[in-house]
Amino acid sequence: MTRELRVVGTSVLRDDAIDKVTGAARYTTDLALPGMLHAAILTSPHASARIVGVDLEAARAVPGVRAVLVGSDLDVRLGLYLRDKRILARDVVRYQGEPVAAVAADTLDAAREACHRIRVEYEELPAVFDPRDAMAAGAPLVHPDLASYDHMRGVFFPKPGTNVAHHQKIRKGDARAAIAAADVRIEASFYNPPVQHVPMETHASIAQALPESRVEIWTSSQSPYTVRHLLSACLGLPHAAIRVHVPYVGGGFGGKAGLGLEPLATVLSRAAGGRPVLVTATREQEFNTTPSRQGLHSTIKIGATRDGRITALEATYVWDAGAYADYGVNVGRAAAYSGAGPYAIDHCSIDSYVVYTNKVYGTAYRGFGHLEVLWGIERAMDQMARKLGLDPAEFRRRNLLKEGDTTITGELFTAGHGKPVECLDAVAKAIDWGRPSGAPSAPHKVRGKGIAMLHKAPAMPTYTSCAAVIKLDEDGAADVLVSGVDYGQGTYTVLRQIAAEELGLPIGKVHLTWDCDTALTPYDWQTVASRFSYMGGNAVIEAAADCLRQLKAVAAQALGVAPETIVCEDEVAFPVAEPDRAISYKDLALGYTFPNGNAIGGPIIGHGRFIATGLTHLDPETGQGRPAQFWTYGAHAVEIEVDTETGEIEILHIATAVDAGKVLNPLSCTGQVIGGVVQGLGSTLLEGFQFDDKGRLLNPSFVDYKIPTAKDLPRRMTPIFLENPQPGGPYGARGVAEHPMISVPSAIGNALADALGIDYTVLPLSPERVLLGIQKREKTT
Amino acid sequence: METASVPSGLTLLEFLRDRLHLTGTKEGCGIGECGACTVLLDEKPVTACLVLAAEADGCTVETVEGEATDGQLSVLQRAFVETGAVQCGFCTPGMIMSARGLLRRSPNPSDDEIVEAMAGNLCRCTGYEAILTAVRLCAKGGRR
Repeated sequence: MTRELRVVGTSVLRDDAIDKVTGAARYTTDLALPGMLHAAILTSPHASARIVGVDLEAARAVPGVRAVLVGSDLDVRLGLYLRDKRILARDVVRYQGEPVAAVAADTLDAAREACHRIRVEYEELPAVFDPRDAMAAGAPLVHPDLASYDHMRGVFFPKPGTNVAHHQKIRKGDARAAIAAADVRIEASFYNPPVQHVPMETHASIAQALPESRVEIWTSSQSPYTVRHLLSACLGLPHAAIRVHVPYVGGGFGGKAGLGLEPLATVLSRAAGGRPVLVTATREQEFNTTPSRQGLHSTIKIGATRDGRITALEATYVWDAGAYADYGVNVGRAAAYSGAGPYAIDHCSIDSYVVYTNKVYGTAYRGFGHLEVLWGIERAMDQMARKLGLDPAEFRRRNLLKEGDTTITGELFTAGHGKPVECLDAVAKAIDWGRPSGAPSAPHKVRGKGIAMLHKAPAMPTYTSCAAVIKLDEDGAADVLVSGVDYGQGTYTVLRQIAAEELGLPIGKVHLTWDCDTALTPYDWQTVASRFSYMGGNAVIEAAADCLRQLKAVAAQALGVAPETIVCEDEVAFPVAEPDRAISYKDLALGYTFPNGNAIGGPIIGHGRFIATGLTHLDPETGQGRPAQFWTYGAHAVEIEVDTETGEIEILHIATAVDAGKVLNPLSCTGQVIGGVVQGLGSTLLEGFQFDDKGRLLNPSFVDYKIPTAKDLPRRMTPIFLENPQPGGPYGARGVAEHPMISVPSAIGNALADALGIDYTVLPLSPERVLLGIQKREKTT
Repeated sequence: METASVPSGLTLLEFLRDRLHLTGTKEGCGIGECGACTVLLDEKPVTACLVLAAEADGCTVETVEGEATDGQLSVLQRAFVETGAVQCGFCTPGMIMSARGLLRRSPNPSDDEIVEAMAGNLCRCTGYEAILTAVRLCAKGGRR
């Protein structure tokens, strides 16, 4: 394809930025419906307890209170893949922070006051907090009724009578025998704590109950159609009875996928006689009531030949699901089929267990388990390289997937997958890999370099689909309608670029409606997994082609020529040999009118769609199959300086290469890399939940849970994009949104090992942890 | 000029958002830790969630809604748009007001001053680099 691109591939500025810098952008909590009530949530102080009694009298007596609900009022089960959850805890609570009661009142103050006056009597029950303990025989069961829960069959495999919500197996060759026979072996264990997404806008939903059990919802969500679908299932309503709007969303990172506060807002509105109810998570509730990223315990064994070929990899991943399965089971599944890194390995065995505990539950978070498993894999690869006496980059180069290899699920690696080795080489070059670091800035500081690979494919159902509609305006401009959500990543701008490119319009004449509305905008599964530009982009290409077909048909009839001779560009349609007979889009958009008044055509509305193709469920026993529409590969290389007196790590330079296939918008792609790397720094250096021995979250606020600030940036960040095209991707593009965050911890952990000679295995690499490691080494030497 | 009688416990943030319907100022944490609700109170940046509405009596309050003039973006706003400093946008109003406060007191700030002034505003999307670039662009002649 040699067509020259006009708009795609350029740094078109986001038009939503205008609304956002002026304060005009309206988010869910900025909406005020007539008669809207405000809700407050009472959460459980216990990690595991039976609800013995509830006294609501004093709460109901607070002036302005319109509805008070507790779990016993609501016999409904919710769940994404496994229906294990209640809107409000019923009979038992399973984590500290779980919603137990909720109040809707005229004011937020009244709702909060009423919550304070609710008396709940609890009888504490045995609890389990470490997922490894939860797997032991005789552990307290978080869900004794697991056998009775509905779940997505054939994909997820809960083990009734245990705390295992899902067990994903990957089996290729005979890993055990190959490790036993290997020239060189290593075994290592790693840990990632649970962390929070920390969108700047907390979860918020408004619901208004309507006659005939209908409900209208405005919500801060990544998934209008999934919200509708899951609500329809749990409330027993037809889909058309539920209308979901998504206005501007203040960040999500996976935490606003699936169902959030929508069911609670719905039942409160019903209980309040149909008054609209706004439920907003407080920041504290965002930490310990809404879901987090799961913790992970990894154990990894690698076998290799003396000349540095990996022969086998065995891994056990034990995920801390918390109290409910939500997205966590799918994280455990997806991270397993990616769970050996982007390497060609003939013998591989992975067991990934998603295990219930009495803690805040887990869900999708940017990278969907890959940051976590690659923390272990990429650290273990460095340990193996060291044991072999090989340069870590060279060791990886010998083992990276290349054309003709097969992945651990049996997928053939082709040229269309991109070039992991080019990513590795690009980042190595960027930081002068192989050359010693410059002198540290002080005698008590040391420098080191580290490198790590990353990969990820969208984790989604085999039949994931979406659609786009383009309608032409009276002035010949185009309106694009989609239901994927741009919650900051910039996809809407990319889709506008694609529509402009395909339709022959200037970018300023392509608009995209920001309010998703399940009653008006066409289906999209949900906006997760770095799939929206890929799938939505293809749908927009098809919708534009549909518009062009219609434009050409009308123009051909108007001009008395065959439609196939019509060319559409620069807002006009003309016969290829007669550009002087051009008709402008605006004279075709609603239908063409002849000089005598006769009219033909009609309003032009194009429709496009996309469905994943060729994907299969994974074999339950071997994990073999085709899970991925496409893969994106990348690498980070980093140079750090460590203060051996304080344990502080300064990032001198981090280079990040992603094989994007095609960079659709350089400014946006760069924004994804820089934003992702800094978010990855949070997971690396700062972030992690801390619980006391009763399972109570100790750091549910920005006072005690720090995320990176403007003061925490690396001295230098270098984004690098490769463009080895993806067959089937729009203009050859792949998803790139999650990837920059993945393996940031691994690269820094490897650099830390290079600088100090200490193998840290637990995140975050806080100054305290780093310093304790240094002190421990000093004691033992 | 706004004249209002307010309950003693009402915060400036609630007053702006709920009474004056100026919803550009956002609530990110409610305890003064994230900076999303930053406004200028007599030209100084404050987190409006920690200021009582009554404390603003007689003061000049500037919010993001006042940053553009006659529908034209200020140089600062334009810089945010053009450098890619905006992703989800929820932190943006607070960022703009912190930057405005800085440029008021120090029209040509050093890089350290810029980082210091913006470090109280959390952003989870952008990684800050583009935001700092936007403010740097305005550090030289970036008055509206």
